[in-house]
This record gives sequence, structure tokens and C-alpha cells, in this order.
Amino acid sequence: MERILEQAKKAAEAAEVFVVTTEEAPVQFEANRLKHIQSRQSRLVALRIIRKGRVGYSVTTDTGDISSLVDSAVETAEFGTKAGFELPDLANYPEVDTYDPEVERVPLETMIALGQEMIDAVRGNNADIICEGGVDRDVISVRILSSNGGEASYRKSIFSLGIEGSLIRGTDMLFVGESESSCHPLTDTRAVTDIILKQLDWAKEQATAPIKPLPVIFTPNGVASAIVSPLMVAFNGKVVLQGASPIGDKLGKPIFDEKLCLRDDATVAYRPASRPFDDEGVPSHSTALIEAGVPTSFLYDLQTAALAKKQSTGNGNRHGGGLPSPSPSAFVIQPGETTFDDMLADMKEGLVVEYLMGAGQGNILGGDFSGNVLLGYKVENGRIVGRVKDTMVSGNIYKLLKDIAAIGSDARWVGSSLSTPSLYFPNVSVASKG
Amino acid sequence: MPSIEEIGHRIAEELKKHRADHIEAHLEQTVSSHITYRGKELESIGKGSGIGGNIRAQVKGGWGFTSFNNLDDLPARIGLAVKQANLAGNSESQLAEVPPVVDRVLAGVDRMPTDIPLADKKKLLDEYNDIIWRTPKIQTSVIGYGDGYKKFIYINSAGSFIEQERADVTLRLMAIATDGSEVQQSNMSIGSRGDFSRIENLHRDIEEMAKRAVELLSAPQVEGGEYTVVLDPVLAGVFTHEAFGHLSESDFVYENEKMHQIMTLGKEFGGRHLNIIDGALVPGLRGSYKYDDEGVPATKTYLIREGKLVGRLHSRETAAKMNEKPTGNARAVSYHHPPIVRMTNTYIEPDSVTFDEMIADIKEGVYARNWYGGTTSMEMFTFSAGEAYMIRSGKIAELVRPVMLTGNVFTTLKNIDAIGDDLDMNEGGGCGKGEQSPLPVSNGSPHIRIRRCLVGGK
Repeated sequence: MERILEQAKKAAEAAEVFVVTTEEAPVQFEANRLKHIQSRQSRLVALRIIRKGRVGYSVTTDTGDISSLVDSAVETAEFGTKAGFELPDLANYPEVDTYDPEVERVPLETMIALGQEMIDAVRGNNADIICEGGVDRDVISVRILSSNGGEASYRKSIFSLGIEGSLIRGTDMLFVGESESSCHPLTDTRAVTDIILKQLDWAKEQATAPIKPLPVIFTPNGVASAIVSPLMVAFNGKVVLQGASPIGDKLGKPIFDEKLCLRDDATVAYRPASRPFDDEGVPSHSTALIEAGVPTSFLYDLQTAALAKKQSTGNGNRHGGGLPSPSPSAFVIQPGETTFDDMLADMKEGLVVEYLMGAGQGNILGGDFSGNVLLGYKVENGRIVGRVKDTMVSGNIYKLLKDIAAIGSDARWVGSSLSTPSLYFPNVSVASKG
Repeated sequence: MPSIEEIGHRIAEELKKHRADHIEAHLEQTVSSHITYRGKELESIGKGSGIGGNIRAQVKGGWGFTSFNNLDDLPARIGLAVKQANLAGNSESQLAEVPPVVDRVLAGVDRMPTDIPLADKKKLLDEYNDIIWRTPKIQTSVIGYGDGYKKFIYINSAGSFIEQERADVTLRLMAIATDGSEVQQSNMSIGSRGDFSRIENLHRDIEEMAKRAVELLSAPQVEGGEYTVVLDPVLAGVFTHEAFGHLSESDFVYENEKMHQIMTLGKEFGGRHLNIIDGALVPGLRGSYKYDDEGVPATKTYLIREGKLVGRLHSRETAAKMNEKPTGNARAVSYHHPPIVRMTNTYIEPDSVTFDEMIADIKEGVYARNWYGGTTSMEMFTFSAGEAYMIRSGKIAELVRPVMLTGNVFTTLKNIDAIGDDLDMNEGGGCGKGEQSPLPVSNGSPHIRIRRCLVGGK
């Protein structure tokens, strides 16, 4: 790495080397049985230079050939975008715990046993269910070196459990899945399997949704599948700078329900999306995005912040080895005070949406969404009466989030980049085969 | 450092020293470049290179797999994969018999896209971006260009040694129009198996795309409900891939008795006019190749013939367990993952209905064109159109906001009541399955008409 930096410094005013090393060790179950044991090692080296004021970039997994890496960066700098930023000092980072040495010490036998335990729990009451699942143990190391003399690094451990059960009756198919991850080893599989068992219970009966606007509760998984993607795009400082975000000129204006609070937070201890600094060495933050229904900030990396005359919020992310670009670390929607059961009790006729398939495929920028209720339930007189199928739910998230009937007290992590409670909307468009 | 060919030959020797039911190795070397625009200015330009490989071993039905960038100490990695397979194995290994192959397959591209100077690529993209920005009321644009060249070697313990090359080009464009807080977008997505000329001379199409984003600002939204829907070849191709293609991937079926009952060969899925094919042997497309990632020769497989289920897609393991012939559909998105059963080039064969005949007797329907995306859960699928028009009294009428269509595969294929004569392939998409995405595939169809299709709307 040092040699790459040395060579790059000779060809450029400024240079930065980013190295990420990943060691993954998943065990995977198929058709209720242990099937794969894997270990995957990868190392990626990315070089960013500023040459004649322009950004050049190259990336490789082949560290045997330093000269081509530097030559490629120089070649691209000829056409690169004008650098509006200076490389950061790589110092003064917040304390963010992301590494637990116990993760690496979890024996393979324990991981296999955890997987088997999940499968046994899900199939306990119904042996017709076929499970796929896995237990994964990863260690990620990140190191940044910069030509201004700085150096920074951190290590992260991630342990995750995941399982999906399928139940087929005739041509009727039910898929129920859940997962959990942490920087600590996970030992209790019930957090995952209890949610699945509850869904299996609710889905025992079939019900029919009418074609009319209905009150709808999106569970945390439902919020993740239907509501969040448009917000993640809308708060991206780059999209705002382009004038393509529908909330780009709405900072300080009450455009959402006053119950809604959202932050982006890369500093929660032992969460897989946390880290002390972003992929270009800017300290991590907890950034308030919506406070009491009012947008308060957007997310920036160095270059976008420079163009927008703002400060980087520590959201420079390199996806797939690309140049840093702003994107959320972890969205945290603040829980409310209404329990899920109270929301149900409030409904005379409505739906609970657990997973909306295809919602991220439309005009995300405009906030429109539309999807098939792959897993969702009909509510009558405050009770779940069965699973609905052949049903579409559509809407616009900006219209929905203006009027939220209740925010749940049931916040939890969905994947590594979202923590959300259930959200209850009074009026959502529903279409069905009737 | 030795070339990957030399390393490959060393691995071939080393494999002989280890005991397992089956061992195979993949080695891969890549170069790539990308250019993106966001707004008027170039956003990012970069070049990449990579090297890596994996070892996969099977013992008593269990698989060990280890992948790496670091090509040192390969004997130890082979040992690790065998050890993992031993730990995972709990039944019997079954792999369809495939004769060992020694072969070398070149990329077959006249002008390697990764060798074209960045300046030439940038000039073309500048022209395209200018067209978008010349369109009145356009707020901004996003353009993503990417190319890659890959050389990869497959080696197995039965004596196969296959070197293959492939090149790939993709171009995605988006025009974004705004009016107050209203935002609308239109997209285009083109790809080819390394043929750069396929993304040249698109100026007129891009002009139309940009105009459409502006027109959408004043377009109404469809009323949600059931409609007779006509799909253009691009969207019908996505529909074929999502609604039926994934269901014919045997890894969903081979160990699931209930799924097997649903997918019994001979079962009727559609009318006699319906024929669906998948095949990497169909030449020159993004899903084309000579050997899959298990060294199995590519085939062209009828999935549905005259409305009846007649075939499915296999890896060596699924073929052996279902006692069917391997089809050469085991693919991995890179050396970082083991191969799994995937589609290649999937399409509906043309019939004889013209477009005018197809819409002639539709009183009120939707003509959906182009694609945003699609997804499936086997039984249910959704796919979204990039543009849509109402059909009124047998004529194409007003533009409406892009629509999302959904259905149940077991009824929707039967509801296809007209298949056109104008097969066209869409090469702009990538397929995702599990954690492996995007895999280059193509899909296609003639225009098709579907009765009683559920459309999302207000």
C-alpha cells in the first residue's frame, strides 16, 4: 500500500489508497439440510488521485501490478471531474465499536447447530415447510492512506442468521423469511424464528381484499419493502444538487407528519452498518434528516458537499469498488408509542403489509410505489383474519407520510441499514382480483 | 507473476492429489472501465482490473467452497475445500455425467470494448447527454456506461480444462423532468456481448426518451384494476423471464416434492401457440456461451412447447437428482460465488398475430412498453413498464404514467391469447438471484396480449 501511495504521489498532487479486506465464512442449509460450508477471501485496492485538479480513479484485486494501477488512475484523471475537495486529515474519529473478537472464535459446529435449531423451530408445528437458511461469520478490515501523511483503519466483525421457509399447498405458495445480524456473535435464534412462526400462524387462513382505499399497517419488513427506498434517494445530497429530489427545496418546511423523525446513524455500537469513518476517511455522524416532520439535512460525501457548499456528513460510500458517492449508512425511524396490537384494534377493515414485492421498480424519485402484497393480511374488526393474495397496494410515499395514523412502538432492525417501527396509514390504494 | 493459464495447469496436477467425489477450480482475470454522468458533468470515470479464483469440492452430497484473490498457496486452499465438503456431506454425491472437455473459446469481438480509448467513449456519451439536456423542461440526466473483458478457466478432477473469454458492454440512460415537486423519469438500457457498435447511433432513441420524461409530467395515472394488456417485445421478454423463467430453474424444484408436483413435465401452462425457450447456445447474445461454469456444453432448451411443460434448466447436481439431461445452465456471477442454476437467453417464440390485429378488438386496455424491472416469488410475479398508453376502441390512445403489472404465473400464462410475429431480444438487463447480481442475460418475445392482467394504479 505504501508503495502504491509513493508511486502515485510522483504522478499527482494528492493521492489516497483505500484497501478493504473481507473474510467471509458462511454455512448454508438447503431443503432442511446442511449443504455448503464456505470461506471467501477478497481484497480490493482503490487508488484515487487528484492530478492537474482532476480526479482519477482505478481499482484492482491484483496487487502484483502497482504500475498499471497508477497508470490507469493517471489516464482517467485526464477526463475526470474537477476536484472540489481536499483529502481529509484522517484523524479525530469518534469511538465506534464494530469489532468483537468472539465472532471469529465461534466454532463451525456451533454455527451448524444454530442453523439446525432455526430449521427445527420453524418446522416444529409443520413438517411440510421446507427451509433454506444460513449462519454467516465475516470479518472486514478497512485501511486508508493519504498523501497528506494520514492513515486510518478499523476492523468489523459481523455475525448473521437467516432463514426462509416455504410452504406449498397445491399451487399456493407461502414464503416466510427473517434474518438478524450483529457485530457480536448471535446465540438466541428465537428472535428470528418467533417472527416466522407468527407469520405462519397469521397465514393459515386465506382472505380477500376489496378494491378500494383502506387503512394499512406496514410492519417493519413492510416499511423496508415499500416506503424507504424513495426516502434514501431523496435525501441523497447528489440527487438534491441535481435538482431531482422532490424535497430538495423543502429543508425547514413541515412536509411530513409531525410524528415522523428520521436520522442516518453510522455510530450505533456493534451494528454492522456502523464505522468510525466513511470510505473516504470522514468521521461518522448521526445526522438528523427529519425532525417532527421537517426535513433538516441531506447526506453528503466530500465532492458533493464541496459543490453544494456544505460539509460532508460522513456518507461517502464506495459501492462495488467505485468512487465514493453519498448514500445512507443506516436509516433509523424513531419509534412511536402505539403498540402493534393497538393499531390492529383501531382497524375496522384494513390490511397489514409484511412484504410488498416490486415496490422499488417504479418512479422512485417521485415517491410513487406499487407492488404485489406477497405477504400481507386482511384485518376485520381489529383482528387478522387471514392472508391476502392477488392484491396490489399503490401510492406515493410523500402523500402517505403527510398523514400517519400512528407510529409503532415496535422498532427493530430490518437488515443492517434500517431500523423502523410499524407505520399505520389511514388511507392507501388497494387493487385486487376481488 | 505466472499467468492464470500456468496457474491453471498447476492446479490440474494438484487436484489429482486430493480425495473427494468431485473437485473443480475456477480462475478469472478481468479488466473493466466505467464512465458515469450525473447532470451536465461527468461524475465518475475509472478503470479496474482483477484476478481471483475458487475451489469447489463435493463429498457425500456436501459442498465445500473457497474463493480468493490471493493465488498463493493453492494446495492448502484445495485441502480446505475438501475438508469443508467432508464436514457438510451427509448423504450421497450425485452429478450428471459430462465427458471431460479441453477447449479454448475466444471472445469473438472485432473491437474489444476495453481497448477503445476513453476519449472516444466520452465523446459518444457527451453527445447523448447533450441530446437529453437540449430537451426543454428536462431537469437532469444520469448516464452509466460500463464495459469489461474477462478471461476465465475451468478445471476439474475428471480432466476438463476450458479457457473462455467474454466481453460485455452496458449503457443505461435516464432523463428526469420536474415540474414543482412533481418528478418523472424515463429510462433506456442497452447491452451487448462486447459489441460496442450496439450502443452507437442511438441519438434519435435518446431524444424520444427525454421527450417522454417531460410528457409524463402531464400524463394521468391509470385506474388500478384488471385490464387486457398488450406488452411490447422488451417488456414481454421481462415478463417471460420473471413469470416463468425462474420457475424453471431446477434448484427450486429438485429437493422440493411439492414444487416437483407443480412442475410435472407434460403439465399444461398455456395455449398451443405458446413456446418458451432458454438457451446459451443461441449465438451472439449477452446470455450466450459455449460452456457453463461446470464445464457443461451449452444447449437450447424448450421449457414450454405448444403450451405444455417439456423441460427445465439444470446444473449437474439437479440434473442427476431429477434423472434428466444436464442443460449447461450452472453460472456464477464471478469467482467469488459457486455456480447456481441460471437463465441465459430466454424468449417466447413468434406466432403470427400482427400488432394491429392484437389491439383491434380491445375496447379499453393498456399498451405497456419497455421496462424498469421485475421480480418473482415463483407463484406471484411483478414487472414494471417504462412507458404505457391506454388502448381505446382498438387504437393506441393517451400516454399514462408507467404501470406495474402483477399476476399469478399459473393463470397468467393461460391468459395469453395472442402472440405476435415480431420477436425482438432485450439485452439491457441483468438478473439477480440470491446474492449473485447482475448476471448478463437476455430475454425477448414478440408482442403478446394478456387478458385480465392486474395493473396497479390510483
